[in-house]
Amino acid sequence: MSKPHLELTGVSMSFDTPQGSFQALDTINLKIAKGEFVSLIGHSGCGKSTVLNIVAGLLQASKGGCILDGQEVNSPGPERAVVFQHHALMPWLTVYENVELAVKQVFRKTMSKQERRDWIQHNLELVNMAHAAHKRPGEISGGMAQRVGIARALSMRPRVLLMDEPFGALDALTRAHLQDALMNIQQDLNSTVIMITHDVDEAVLLSDRIVMMTNGPAATVGEELRIDLPRPRNRVTLADDPEYVHYRQAVLRFLYEKQRFPGKSEKAEAGDEVSTPAEQPAVAEIIQREPGSIDSSAHTDKEKAAVIEHS
Amino acid sequence: MSTLTTPNPLMQLLRRRYPDITGKSLLQSITLPALGIAVFLVLWHLVAPQIDTSLGQFPTPANVWEQAGQLWDEHESEQARAAKFMDMQEARNARILAENPEAETRMRSYPGAPTFIDQIGTSLVTVLAGFLLATAIAVPLGILIGLNRYFAAATNPIIQILKPVSPLAWLPLVTMVVSATYVSDDPMFEKAFITSMITVTLCSLWPTLINTATGVSQVNPDLVNVSKVLQLPFWTHARKVVLPGAVPMIFTGLRVSLGIAWMVLIAAEMLAQNPGLGKFVWDEFQNGSSASLSRIMVAVITIGLIGYLLDRVMLLIQRKVAWDE
Repeated sequence: MSKPHLELTGVSMSFDTPQGSFQALDTINLKIAKGEFVSLIGHSGCGKSTVLNIVAGLLQASKGGCILDGQEVNSPGPERAVVFQHHALMPWLTVYENVELAVKQVFRKTMSKQERRDWIQHNLELVNMAHAAHKRPGEISGGMAQRVGIARALSMRPRVLLMDEPFGALDALTRAHLQDALMNIQQDLNSTVIMITHDVDEAVLLSDRIVMMTNGPAATVGEELRIDLPRPRNRVTLADDPEYVHYRQAVLRFLYEKQRFPGKSEKAEAGDEVSTPAEQPAVAEIIQREPGSIDSSAHTDKEKAAVIEHS
Repeated sequence: MSTLTTPNPLMQLLRRRYPDITGKSLLQSITLPALGIAVFLVLWHLVAPQIDTSLGQFPTPANVWEQAGQLWDEHESEQARAAKFMDMQEARNARILAENPEAETRMRSYPGAPTFIDQIGTSLVTVLAGFLLATAIAVPLGILIGLNRYFAAATNPIIQILKPVSPLAWLPLVTMVVSATYVSDDPMFEKAFITSMITVTLCSLWPTLINTATGVSQVNPDLVNVSKVLQLPFWTHARKVVLPGAVPMIFTGLRVSLGIAWMVLIAAEMLAQNPGLGKFVWDEFQNGSSASLSRIMVAVITIGLIGYLLDRVMLLIQRKVAWDE
């Protein structure tokens, strides 16, 4: 790694609240190479999303900054495409039109109409959504909508793909499908990815490196773990792999032994009032988020679609 | 799944048109409103003779029905006379041209008084003109207010103060301004029309304005972030992200605005003497014949029905346009 592709240097972030200034992040340093898949993992409220938003340019760091290919990031742009937790598709546009909105904006000068059309189609095929090109987001399931969200982000041909808990709102099976799809796509395109997650298995399966964050306030990088598992990776065979189990354990140890009590670490003694029990998710919830509740939301989406088709 | 098997042709027709509705609810959706209307008519019929006015007793449903027929007849005979008047002119012009092909001929429009039906037409044109003008002002302004919270804070007190002002307070001011500024030898519109229209606009733009601003400011922040990541220019952002996102709220505002516009119009027409339904009511009130109260009641019911129809039309447009319906 001669010169890093993306570099965060001394990033600190404090927000003004009615109770005074609140320091969310403290001196985060991170170097990411081209084509690397990095996961940010940590407990809820530790500021993972804030880091991502700073890289995206949606937030400005109070101190320090972010450099991409030698250029400082200080506003959002399509070269740092974001996949949002809740797909964030325009509900009034079809799947095709949602991707088109991005492609038209990013490639309006460099691509002909026909090229753009092919490019949109290509990206929809990449996520296996070409068959639903003319459906609205309300007519497809949450998992399908998330695929389209990924297709839209990829269609911007980003230098870094930023994913904010992209599969967090999906049921376990759909999540597994999308993780496999993402793995394949990343392998093909060799894109640089920063993904936020609090799913340990997801992090180990997908990443080249896992960045573990300490609990907020004043969260920072706690440990980094390089995942040296050969690709392509297969979740079924890996489940038994001693190395995989070892990586998994290392992350779990960090999250549930070293960072077990948010706010009680030496770094953040001042912030006890923030560390309410509600902010610490139960172990079981993190490892396997209740699929029942998530299932039901996907279900209603499909029901909605059925109603729309019926009327 | 309906177990109701009445061989009623009306029911069969309705069931074919609305296959989703089961027999029982279909029956209820027709009989209950009909029952409501019937009870209302009976009560009206019983109570009306008890109410004395300076023009005799209050009209019963029968009186009103009779006057409605009367108004229709007047309209038809007036139309017949107008047609005859036009035919006569054409015949005369043809004769003049036959004698002298160089001659200039003229057609006068029929000089008769507008009938009740004509007045409905005038009212509709006036209300739509005022409403469209209000929409043209309120939607763009609402978008600006919704997008910029500094602008919103600056305009909010003015909106809150102007919003509850009655049409009756605006009208004299509007009349004075129109009569001073709208001066032309061959005016395209009557001054009374302009005055009524502007009064309607001033009173009806507020709900659309406020709803548009609220709708715009409540557009999903994720979608706004998408727009930022894409670096959409302001105009594309407004057109492709903000406006469609606010459409459901905008339409809610438009429907309220149209309702207010129609209510305001009647008052404005009365005072501005715009030849519409408001003027009809006022003229009948001044006329004071024995049929006047019945004729005013015909106007009252017509105003109510048209107000209802306007709202239904807006609802239909909303279903066509809005993505969440």
